[in-house]
Amino acid sequence: MALAQRTRRNAKNNNFVGYLFISPWLVIFLLFTLIPMLASLFLAFTDYDLLGSWRFVGFENFNRMFRWDFRYLNSVRATLKYVAFAVPLRLVFALLVAMLLNTTHRGLYFYRAAYYAPSIIGGSVAVAVMWREIFGSEGLINTIFRSDTIWLGDPRFAIWTLIILAVWQFGSPMLIFLAGLKQIPRDYYDAAAIDGAGPVPKFFRITLPLLTPIILFNLIMQTISGFLVFTQAFIVTGGAPLDTTLFYALYIYNRAFETFEMGYASAMAVVLLVAVALVTALIFLTSNRWVFYASENA
Amino acid sequence: MSTKPLDPKTSLLPSQALTEHKTRTRNRQLRQALLYHLGVGILAFVMLYPILWLFASSLKGPSDIWTNISSLIPQELFFQNYPNGWKGFGGITFATFYRNSFIYAGFGTLFAVTASAITAYGFARINFVGKRFWFAVMLTTLMLPIQVQIIPQYIVFQRLGWLNTFYPLLIPQLGGRAFFIFMIVQFIRGIPRDLDEAAEIDGCSKAGIFFRIILPQLKPALITAAIFSFYWTWEDFLTPLIYLNNPKLYTVSLALRTYADPAAATDWGAIFAMASLSLVPVFAIFVFFQRYLVQGISTTGLK
Repeated sequence: MALAQRTRRNAKNNNFVGYLFISPWLVIFLLFTLIPMLASLFLAFTDYDLLGSWRFVGFENFNRMFRWDFRYLNSVRATLKYVAFAVPLRLVFALLVAMLLNTTHRGLYFYRAAYYAPSIIGGSVAVAVMWREIFGSEGLINTIFRSDTIWLGDPRFAIWTLIILAVWQFGSPMLIFLAGLKQIPRDYYDAAAIDGAGPVPKFFRITLPLLTPIILFNLIMQTISGFLVFTQAFIVTGGAPLDTTLFYALYIYNRAFETFEMGYASAMAVVLLVAVALVTALIFLTSNRWVFYASENA
Repeated sequence: MSTKPLDPKTSLLPSQALTEHKTRTRNRQLRQALLYHLGVGILAFVMLYPILWLFASSLKGPSDIWTNISSLIPQELFFQNYPNGWKGFGGITFATFYRNSFIYAGFGTLFAVTASAITAYGFARINFVGKRFWFAVMLTTLMLPIQVQIIPQYIVFQRLGWLNTFYPLLIPQLGGRAFFIFMIVQFIRGIPRDLDEAAEIDGCSKAGIFFRIILPQLKPALITAAIFSFYWTWEDFLTPLIYLNNPKLYTVSLALRTYADPAAATDWGAIFAMASLSLVPVFAIFVFFQRYLVQGISTTGLK
C-alpha cells in the first residue's frame, strides 16, 4: 500500500527527469523535423534558389504544379501506377510465401533466409546497378529469353522492371505475415477439417479474416514506402524514358538539388505529405469494413 | 496415460499388414516432403539467382563476362577484378570509401541506438506531463516522408557551412530513430517492475535504475536496433548524395554509383566485384544475427 502510494506520488514529481530522458529525441525532433516541416510549409509559398533572397509568391508554385508542369503530372502518374501495382503484388507474394513457409518441414531456416535475402540488400546501390545490367539490352534477361527488348528504354516496360524489383523484395511483409500465421490457433483449422472444409474455404474463412489486422498494417507501411521510392529509380532508369519512371521523390530531388528550385520543391513535398496522409487515412477509414478483430467477437 | 480405443479396422489387421500400412503412410509423407522441398527450393533459387549472378559475374574474366552471361559458373576464376575495382577512380581507392561508410554507419549506429535506449526508458518507465502526447507525436514521425524535412535541413546545413562534412549525416542520429524507440519501449514494458521498485526503495535514482537494471536486460533489443541502423546507414544513398559532393568523402553507395556510371564504365568485372563487396558486410551480419533480425521484424513490423 505504502509502496503504491509512494509510486503514485513519485509519478507526479518526475517531469524534470522524464523530459531529461526523452530530451535526445525531443531536441532533435524539434530542430530537425518539426522546424524544417514548418519551414517547408513556408518555403512552399516562396521562390528561393538558395543563392539570392527569397520572394513570396503566394499559390504560384501550386498553380504551376497542377496547371502547367507536365513533368509534375507525369511524376504523379508514374508514382500512382507504381504504388498501385508494386504494393498489392508485393503483399500477395509475401502472404503466399509466408503460407508456404508456415509448415513443420525441415530446412525452413534456410528457406526463410533465402527469401528474405533480397530484401536486406534491396535498397542498396549495388542491387540497383545489378538490376540495370540484368535488364540491359544485352543483359541477363535478354540472353536467357533470347529477346532484344529494350526494357529500360521502352516507355511500356521501364516501370515494370522497377515493379518487379519491388516485388522481389517481399521479405519484411513476409516475415510479419509469418509471425501472424503462427498466432492462429491450430484448433480453428482442426474444427474446420471436422466440418469437412477444404484448404480453400479454410483460407478464406479462417486465415484471411484473422490476418486482416496484419494486412492493414503491411498495406499502410508498404503504401507509404511505395510513394517515397527513390534510389532504385534514380540508378536504374533515372526517370526515363519519357518520364514514365519519374517517381515523385525523384522529381523533388531534381527540382531541389539539381535546379535548386527550393520553393517549388517544398511545395511538391507539402503536397506529398498531404497525399500520403490522405491515403493512409483513407485506408484506415475503409478498414472497419474489412479488418476483423478477433477480440471483439471473442 | 491416454486410453484411446484402438481403431477397429487397424487393430483387426494382421501385424504384417499394419507395418505395410505404416510404410505406405511414411512413403506418402516422404513424397510430400520431397515435392515441398523441390517447389520451395526452386523458388528460393529463382529468388537468389540475381544475387548469385552478381557474385559469379564478379569472378568472370573480360572475355567471359558478356559472352557467358547467364551462367553462374565462370569459365575461369578471375580474381583480378577485385584488386582492379579496389583502385577506384580519380586516384581515390575504395579504402577511402569504406572508411567513410564505416564512419557513417559506425557512429550513426552508436548515436542512434544510445539515444533511442535513453528516450525509450523515459517513455516506458517515467511518468511526466505530456508523455502520451509526445509518444503519439513520435509514432506519427514513423510515417513522415523524409522529403518534407530534407529541403529546409539542407538550407540550414548549407548556411552552417556543413556541406561536405559528416555532420549533416551524423547529428540527426543523436535523436535516435522512432522505430527503435518504439521497439525498445515495447521491450521495456515486458520487463517486470519488481526490480525497479526494489531499487527505488533502496534509494536508487531513475538514472541508476536505467543503467544498472534496465540497460543490461535490453541487450537483444539493442542488438536488433543496431543491426537495422547499420543496414540503413550502410545502404543510405539520398543523404550522402545531397551532402557529400567531394569524392574523397564518398560513401561506398555513392562511389558505386559513380564507378558504375554507364556513360563512363568499361571494366564491368571490376564494377561487379565492388558491388558484390559492398554487400558482404550486410550478408555477414545477416548470417550471424538472423535470429535478432527476424524477431525485430516480426514483433514491430520494422522495415
